[in-house]
Amino acid sequence: MSVKIHISQKTRTKIEEICESFSNNTGELINVLHKTQDYLGYLPAEAQEVIAQELGISTAKVYGVVSFYSFFTMIPKGRFPISICMGTACYVRGAERILDEFKHLLKLNVGETGADGLFSLASLRCVGACGLAPVVLVGEKVYGRLATDDVRNIVEEYQNVGFTV
Amino acid sequence: MENNKKQLRIALRNCGFINPENIEDYIAHSGYAALASVLETNDPQATIDVIKKSGLRGRGGGGFPTGLKWEIASKNHADQKYVVCNADEGDPGAFMDRSILEGDPHSILEAMAINGFCIGASKGLIYIRAEYPLAIERLLIAIKQAEEAGLLGRNIFGLGFNFDIELRYGAGAFVCGEETALIHSMEGDRGEPTFKPPFPAQSGYLGKPTNVNNVETFANIPVIILKGWEWFASIGTEKSKGTKVFALAGKIDNVGLIEVPMGITLREVIYEIGGGIKDDRKFKAVQTGGPSGGCLTEKFLDTPIDYDNLIDAGSMMGSGGMIVMDEDDCMVSVAKFYLDFTVEESCGKCSPCRIGNKRLYEILDKITEGKGTMEDLDHLKNLSKVIKDTALCGLGQTSPNPVLSTIENFWGEYVYHVVDKKCPAGQCKALKSYIINPDLCIGCTACARACPVGAIKGEKKMPHEINQANCIKCGACVEKCKFNAISIK
Repeated sequence: MSVKIHISQKTRTKIEEICESFSNNTGELINVLHKTQDYLGYLPAEAQEVIAQELGISTAKVYGVVSFYSFFTMIPKGRFPISICMGTACYVRGAERILDEFKHLLKLNVGETGADGLFSLASLRCVGACGLAPVVLVGEKVYGRLATDDVRNIVEEYQNVGFTV
Repeated sequence: MENNKKQLRIALRNCGFINPENIEDYIAHSGYAALASVLETNDPQATIDVIKKSGLRGRGGGGFPTGLKWEIASKNHADQKYVVCNADEGDPGAFMDRSILEGDPHSILEAMAINGFCIGASKGLIYIRAEYPLAIERLLIAIKQAEEAGLLGRNIFGLGFNFDIELRYGAGAFVCGEETALIHSMEGDRGEPTFKPPFPAQSGYLGKPTNVNNVETFANIPVIILKGWEWFASIGTEKSKGTKVFALAGKIDNVGLIEVPMGITLREVIYEIGGGIKDDRKFKAVQTGGPSGGCLTEKFLDTPIDYDNLIDAGSMMGSGGMIVMDEDDCMVSVAKFYLDFTVEESCGKCSPCRIGNKRLYEILDKITEGKGTMEDLDHLKNLSKVIKDTALCGLGQTSPNPVLSTIENFWGEYVYHVVDKKCPAGQCKALKSYIINPDLCIGCTACARACPVGAIKGEKKMPHEINQANCIKCGACVEKCKFNAISIK
């Protein structure tokens, strides 16, 4: 059965290569998805169709796995992905107030990416930096022991970077 | 780490003392000596007996005797068996496995090889969270070094034993810590648990006998073999031997990882090692066991910590998260926080967990909104018991624990929310109101300017007033007021 696929030939070839590197083995589906997400930044429906064809499984099965695991996303992240740790240690030290402040300043909900593509907002479960609670990650950079007043500074820091580049 | 007197490092023995990216450092600290002695003795059952007699129990939470688990896997015959290391550390507030993998990766590889020899497996798999990039990097370096040194791969020590280790990556699903779900995830499927039996020791990865142990459990193995089971069994309580690593966090002065002998009391951990409650506030509860555990009160402070005592107290050991809470924490909100976690992480396969936990969350939410009734409290109790009895896997069977333990230990606080419509800790937004004391307010307008919704009105130099209908209870005004004129009622 042929499926209409809109992604570029280059992307398609790359995904095929990824599948091939795991010998098109269905047991390696999660590893294939990890590599594909590393490459594209997210897992659009078309990419899942290519993977399904290559591994010889249904698109529904691929989508079932993508939607099951929180690490996989079908929405592209912002240039500066903001993740607020909602682990227990951060929670008892006020992570919820930090999250509310980000929501308020960025006018975004958890799981959304801004229209300008600059920021996306996510909550995650424990980065294992409980000693620094409450913790926020912007990309790979860790901000610890935050108060609500610090949130505006963080947002402005990246807004300035975003506008000057 | 301060206060070393109370601590005893077995699982964390090398963390911070050796260079984890240098195999020679590990070997200089008796590394791979246990594997050599096991292979030279060439008697798998004798090694299994040592582990059995040591009394080591699974450190991932369940506390199943490790030696017994190995014995069952060794007695199931098959052409291929697997050893799996569960490094899918998903409890919020726990990071002991990450520290071991990053600080002492070779100890895990060595223990897995010993396990492989004992049960007759030639393949090992480490299921690790993709969120731990440094641990992954160090494991990959360690595997390569061990292969080059002939300590993994074919014909280890020239004694005819073959053992390879590969990594499998998780993708962010808490339920994958459950061993049947973990195995499905390793096979590339949705990480949904299946009914036991068959146990993984009978039919696990790719349908072959598989032994699954947690990182911390494995970290104990080489030491037990080198120092003997008598030494290990001399530490701890009657039914829980050895030490346990805890991640101490929350409202406490010294946060971080600690390793203490089983049988230590919560008071020693919180006050002597942890340095007491932050800002000299009053201790309220300590949460152990993560989303499957419960909140323990002051009356349990002198109870010796071991698997069985914690279960009797209505909590559990879990993987070792230990969150200390003070008088400013609302226990209904804490229970709601854990239910929120469970609802999000439930895989959805069985209805008690998928629907039941959602209903529990909704009732708790209703109570924190000030709309709860006494019947709701009965519903909470009954529903919790039904979920415990009927859920398919460990996640669902333990998910009501935070509700049951807070109801048991903080019944008065629930009633106060329901009957008086007040939150004693001042945490539940809907149940508190901000009031300006007109005697203290000088009309500086700072609060009115800080208010994000314009709910504060008043003339300059005249006492201000908060419009309760518009107030979103964010607390911004309290932070700005220099005259302590705004209080929470």
